[in-house]
Amino acid sequence: MTTAPGIGANRRGDQAGAKTGGGRMAKFTDGLVNIAVKEPGRFFALCLDTFRAMFKRPVQWREFIEQSWFIVSVTAIPTMLVAIPFGAILSMQVGGLIRQLGAQSFTGATAVVAIVREASPLVTALLIAGAAGSAMCADVGSRKIREEIDAMEVLGINPLHRLIVPRMWACAFIGLFLNGLVSVVGLMGGYVFNVMLQDGTPGAYLASFNAMAQLPDLIQAEVKAFVFGLTAGLVAAYKGLNAKGGPKGVGDAVNQTVVITFMLLFLENFLISALYFQLVPQKGM
Amino acid sequence: MGVEIRVEGLTKTFGRQVIWQDVSLTLPAGEISVLLGPSGTGKSVFLKSLVGLLKPDRGNIWIGDRNLPYLSENELYETRKLFGVLFQDGALFGSMNLFDNIAFPLREHTRKTEAEIKRIVLEKMEMVGLIGAERKLPGEISGGMKKRAGLARALVLDPEILLVDEPDSGLDPVRTAYLNQLIVDLNAQIEATILIVTHDINTARTVPDNIGLLFRRELVMFGPREMLLSSEEPVVRQFLNARRQGPIGMSEEKDVSELEAEARMGADPGRLPPIPPQLLPSDGRIRRTQHPPGEWLRANGVQPPPGSFIDEMGRNWLEEWPRYVAQHGGAAMPAGAGPAQAPPPPPPAQGPDPHQPGPSQGGAPPAGGRY
Repeated sequence: MTTAPGIGANRRGDQAGAKTGGGRMAKFTDGLVNIAVKEPGRFFALCLDTFRAMFKRPVQWREFIEQSWFIVSVTAIPTMLVAIPFGAILSMQVGGLIRQLGAQSFTGATAVVAIVREASPLVTALLIAGAAGSAMCADVGSRKIREEIDAMEVLGINPLHRLIVPRMWACAFIGLFLNGLVSVVGLMGGYVFNVMLQDGTPGAYLASFNAMAQLPDLIQAEVKAFVFGLTAGLVAAYKGLNAKGGPKGVGDAVNQTVVITFMLLFLENFLISALYFQLVPQKGM
Repeated sequence: MGVEIRVEGLTKTFGRQVIWQDVSLTLPAGEISVLLGPSGTGKSVFLKSLVGLLKPDRGNIWIGDRNLPYLSENELYETRKLFGVLFQDGALFGSMNLFDNIAFPLREHTRKTEAEIKRIVLEKMEMVGLIGAERKLPGEISGGMKKRAGLARALVLDPEILLVDEPDSGLDPVRTAYLNQLIVDLNAQIEATILIVTHDINTARTVPDNIGLLFRRELVMFGPREMLLSSEEPVVRQFLNARRQGPIGMSEEKDVSELEAEARMGADPGRLPPIPPQLLPSDGRIRRTQHPPGEWLRANGVQPPPGSFIDEMGRNWLEEWPRYVAQHGGAAMPAGAGPAQAPPPPPPAQGPDPHQPGPSQGGAPPAGGRY
């Protein structure tokens, strides 16, 4: 290495090889393996690490409360604004059909099925993934690219324990309340629409509601909301912690968070609903 | 007292891309070292590997008696408490003001009262010249201030190892000079092992005890400051003198034809510039790990380039040193380097061939001298 041309020159050949057809194929296979195995594997590893970090002391109450408040602030009003027309449109669609069949007094029953069991967890999912998850991913991602997460690790603090666990719990915890909020606001919207605009009677609405509804309906919806919250929190954390490439990287991570969370939540919704119907006997009319 | 870091055969790849391989060096306890290298040679990656943020593919990193890549997560977090790290942009927590940022490690890791924390934080803020900016958020201050705040946060737990990633990027020359002085003063005060990653040649020439140079996925050379500053190795020479003539090209390295063309044009590598005297602590004390000027050159029989060790006041530190040691505490001198044991070498003769290679510059260049 004492003469100038020598340094590393012999290694140029390796680099050139990567640009050939073989290199491209290898790149393609790498990409496939990445999508099919590595990413889910890493996500699962993060879930396990977060699970372990959950039991570490001290519990980050302050961060939990701050994050809960933050999630409420970005989701509460949009949730209500989505839930009111949702209840109304269900009454309108189903109410119209039911009136034609001459069974208008059962509009309340449809609200149970539609709103409490399905719509409210789904609206919650949309809001949790779209508003809370994306904001959380942007926050964690920008911390990552500003090297704040690295700095935290170097200061001897586990970012999963300090940042991710409280966020995940906050997401799940607020998910529970949002689900309740959507149920109540949606039912009220449906009730108002049915009674005031479709000439339904309050008694029929409530009586048919009670005939169909049972406590496990609400419980399964709450379980869904809780699981959705955990999922949204974990996906946001995973994507945020793996953001790279500057502000654009954070934007990409947020985008992917929303899409992946939606897909996962709809899948989970289906699975939990299927399980619910298997496990809990339904009430007859 | 700082901790020795011993790196053995370290290799890091990202996918198929080799960042560097077989890097071996020892950062002596309590000394200041600088790691240089053209942009994109993985200096920051090396720094992050030293704190365990990135896992090397092969090799060992001994921090005292702990081998970093093989530690459990808990042991790793424990070991990291020895470190203070200044990241390139300071890496301050954006949601906290400067005071809380700097107090963060104290609140997390110690049981100090708020009054004590306040005293320590203000002391560190004063040290980096940030008094009055306690309530500012990181988004409201300049890059230089962020960097100084990051340094204050890195220092707040009195680390035994301080890693500094490009302290001078984005700083004006005056602030860079102050920051360099601050690093030397800190070393004198807390005797931490310090590694600075930088591009700034002036910093590299005047601050450290040791210099290393990464180029083309390898550690080209690591050793005492004087060894590299008097080296004829083309890469080292080119980089430390910021020249275009040499193996380092615009993109990465020059190919053979470019170098031949350069040789045909008769590009003269020129004389080595004089070795500047090393920066001393501002209170005049001698650092415990300070090497007397000319120590390595003398031990290896290398003639320094003419004009070396002469400061801006015209003092020749090869002659000045014994007097200085006598005035500022001989106890702090490394054994065998005091004025009684080692008379100063004769001032460099004017006119000898400065390019005469030293004995250590023949075959294998890396890791000369004591390392």
